[in-house]
Amino acid sequence: MDNGRIHTTKLDSWQDTNVTYAIEAQGLNVYYDNFRALKNVDLKIERHKVTAIIGPSGCGKSTVLRAFNRMNELFRSARTEGRVLFNGLDIYHDQIDPVEVRRHIGMVFQKPNPFPKSIYENVAWGARIHGYRGNMDDLVYQALTQAALWDEVKDKLGQSGLSLSGGQQQRLCIARTIATQPEIILMDEPASALDPIATLRIEELMRELTNNYTIIVVTHNMQQAGRVSDNTAFFSLDETDRAGVLIEYGPTLRIFSNPASKMTEDYITGRFG
Amino acid sequence: MSGDRGPMAGTRLTRRYKVAALWRNVFRASTVVGIIVLGLLLINIANSAFGYVAVTNRVDPGDLVAEDRALEDLDHAELVAILEVNISKGLFRKLANEKPFAERERAEVLGLIYENVVKPEVAKQWTLLESITKRSEIVAEATTAYPSATLRFESWLDVAFITSPQSSDAVKAGIRTALLGSLWTIAIAIVFAFPIGVGAAIYLEEYADHARPAARAINQVIQTNISNLAGVPSIIYGILGLAVFVRVLEPLTSGAIFGLTDSTTANGRTIISAGLTLGLLILPLIIINSQEAIRAVPNSLREAAFGLGATRWQTVWSHVLPNAMPGILTGTILSVSRAMGETAPLVVVGASTYITADPSEPFSKFTTLPIQIYQWTTRPQDVFRNIAAAAIIALLMLLLSMNGVAIVLRNRFSKRT
Repeated sequence: MDNGRIHTTKLDSWQDTNVTYAIEAQGLNVYYDNFRALKNVDLKIERHKVTAIIGPSGCGKSTVLRAFNRMNELFRSARTEGRVLFNGLDIYHDQIDPVEVRRHIGMVFQKPNPFPKSIYENVAWGARIHGYRGNMDDLVYQALTQAALWDEVKDKLGQSGLSLSGGQQQRLCIARTIATQPEIILMDEPASALDPIATLRIEELMRELTNNYTIIVVTHNMQQAGRVSDNTAFFSLDETDRAGVLIEYGPTLRIFSNPASKMTEDYITGRFG
Repeated sequence: MSGDRGPMAGTRLTRRYKVAALWRNVFRASTVVGIIVLGLLLINIANSAFGYVAVTNRVDPGDLVAEDRALEDLDHAELVAILEVNISKGLFRKLANEKPFAERERAEVLGLIYENVVKPEVAKQWTLLESITKRSEIVAEATTAYPSATLRFESWLDVAFITSPQSSDAVKAGIRTALLGSLWTIAIAIVFAFPIGVGAAIYLEEYADHARPAARAINQVIQTNISNLAGVPSIIYGILGLAVFVRVLEPLTSGAIFGLTDSTTANGRTIISAGLTLGLLILPLIIINSQEAIRAVPNSLREAAFGLGATRWQTVWSHVLPNAMPGILTGTILSVSRAMGETAPLVVVGASTYITADPSEPFSKFTTLPIQIYQWTTRPQDVFRNIAAAAIIALLMLLLSMNGVAIVLRNRFSKRT
């Protein structure tokens, strides 16, 4: 019996309207060998909203983001405890296929990392490995259009993705993720390697994408979090064991204007971090 | 400090320039030494491979024909007649039995006359340097010491040398047998070692469990052993090849299992044994080089693929391997170049020192270029030294052209990206 398959089909068809959150962490702990990087995180991400994760360096922002699509376990000896519910289904369940999880929860990285292939191939590859049967040209067009890149690259789809500027490369990476038709897009400091104009374009794009996707973005940039996000989660280090903990979570306006925690206030006003 | 030139200037500047110049000269000297050694090697080989030779004939070709004609001008029938008169009846009949004279080309009959009647022999040969610097002395010596000899400039490396089979006569001997033997063994070594080596590298870099401490320790042991294997002297691989391929797997390596030879006379000292032995020899090198090439592929590419929901195999096949391929190919060609020059393991595995038949299948007996060179240099006659030098040049050219192929392949793969 192929249990994995049963559950992955469940992932596809689960449309429980009672589940109001796109993704929900419950008692999430992540360990690297014996070091606890993340401690008891409970976080509910709203659908079709931009959620920003902010906090000082080393507080586990990237770890929590990568916990949402099981990327932690790929390169480091990471161990995860607790539950991450995606449409009400625990993605860390034994019978869940992590590859299938990443297909539904896409990711954009800090440094633009297009494949050293043509622009067209960059967008088409992900869909192709998932056995996409439709018209590939249409899919590439739609993905590039949604990523606000089509007009700039429509005449040079055969050129290498690496020939684009940094901002274009990052939008290509977003288009590549969109083409696999995920529900959630995780962004790990997507604009930190870009100039201010390219950054603005990415931010506008994030706002537009909320029509179809749920976006979670890690950022170092306070203004960026304030500009683009609906909700903000502030993480910090636990004084005793250096583990990352969630300090405060709520609507961005409230967090920035009237933070409940003194730590959040200090960080936002630039007094530490 | 020299105050008037400001705080940035100083007396230490001249000293620093001196030290910099010293180091630059030390490193330049190292390069120069390397180039000199390489130049000496090439001069030494070329010195033996080219030069004047004095050739004496057992029978002067002019004596075979009438005064006003030359041997080269005669037609087919006249040549056959000359051959018949000048060799024994038994030999003539034997040649006719091998192939009737009517079927032989005119040039072929002429060759037979030279081979069996004229019998040219190299009386003395001079090196290239002598030929260039002491030309008049050589002419004088040749006319006094070998009055009947003709003096000519000989390039021991020519087309005939590459296309002729091995012969006990140095003038006629060629390297075709050895060249084909080298190509066969190398081809088998590549076919055997490349997929296994790259596969092992992919496993160790992409699939091996680095998370659990116990698995990590095992991987470390495997890694160390592969590195050590790369440094094992090649003759040990020869002994391994002798024990495993020649002895234990004899039915397989002799071809007896396929009915190609009689199992009672089966002999495992074949091309396939030699090729597999060389394959074992280069396997650790290919693994290490491939691992390094795979490790050099940035992790961001793997993350990008995984982030799109690719499996590990899809990631490796579509992104890691294409990007690692130039490095893998370069490493493989370097290993193959090493295998190409190996002599010791093949001696142990049982290379033939004297065969004239071309290898035609993996179960043929074989010899290779380095074996041939080694064998020629051990002959007492001076002439074999000349053809050994010519064979060395042929081997070097083969290695250079293989490296050329590697560069072309690498550029091809790099351009695809």
